[in-house]
Amino acid sequence: MPEPLHFHYIVDGNDFTSAGQASVDVKKNLRLLGLSPDIVRRVSIAMYEGEINMVIHAGGGEADITVDENGITIILADHGPGIADISLAMQEGYSTAPDNIRSLGFGAGMGLPNMKRYTDDMQIDSTVGAGTTITMKVNI
Amino acid sequence: MTISKIRELLSAELICGEGDLSAEVYTACGSDMMSDVLAYVKDQAVLLTGLVNTQVVRTAEMMDMICIVFVRNKRPSEEMIALARDHNIVLMSTPKRMYEACGILYSEGLNKNSRPLAGDSPDKNGESHA
Repeated sequence: MPEPLHFHYIVDGNDFTSAGQASVDVKKNLRLLGLSPDIVRRVSIAMYEGEINMVIHAGGGEADITVDENGITIILADHGPGIADISLAMQEGYSTAPDNIRSLGFGAGMGLPNMKRYTDDMQIDSTVGAGTTITMKVNI
Repeated sequence: MTISKIRELLSAELICGEGDLSAEVYTACGSDMMSDVLAYVKDQAVLLTGLVNTQVVRTAEMMDMICIVFVRNKRPSEEMIALARDHNIVLMSTPKRMYEACGILYSEGLNKNSRPLAGDSPDKNGESHA
């Protein structure tokens, strides 16, 4: 892979039905690059959880994916309310998602822990009232 | 167990995926919480759920699952069917409830003991397990 590859997506925050489309597209592209099924699955699950989070909590955002010879970097940036207590948000089972989201199968407090579980590195940069940027890396 | 056998055991109606019924599966997962499916499932090929929305199909696609069984006669939308067709995922609907449907498949052999024995059967790449 001589040149790093970039993929950019706008995640629509108004439509829960379409949430995950960017992750599906990334998965397809990573498969075409011939990456191992395990890497492809880990990247796409982590990004999918992040994408769902942006729709539930932040009114959407932007996703940037870079693939180079060392691995895959996923940057998810939103201008939502921010995360007040990151260590609390990282606890499995803790969620601030409303009940209507739970009835859709999400909001179990597993999103951020899942993202950490499936990636080799995850950094959360969040400011209350300004937004959140999550950077995840999966090594190849 | 084949997808076709699952359909028979659960008296399920096939909604889409006519061509893929001979695929062999070894494990399944029953849940209405997609985040739990994304957290705990490993190589399960079949999802049983009472939840009906497009994220069910996307979750299955993310997990490389090949079949979704909707319990209690739930019906997927046209949009979900189109999405499942795009990803070659079989959809079916059973009148049985989640507990019963999972119990039937488990007791009929779709459980942790159902993986092919080492060297017994070729894997996806056509190579024997070591």
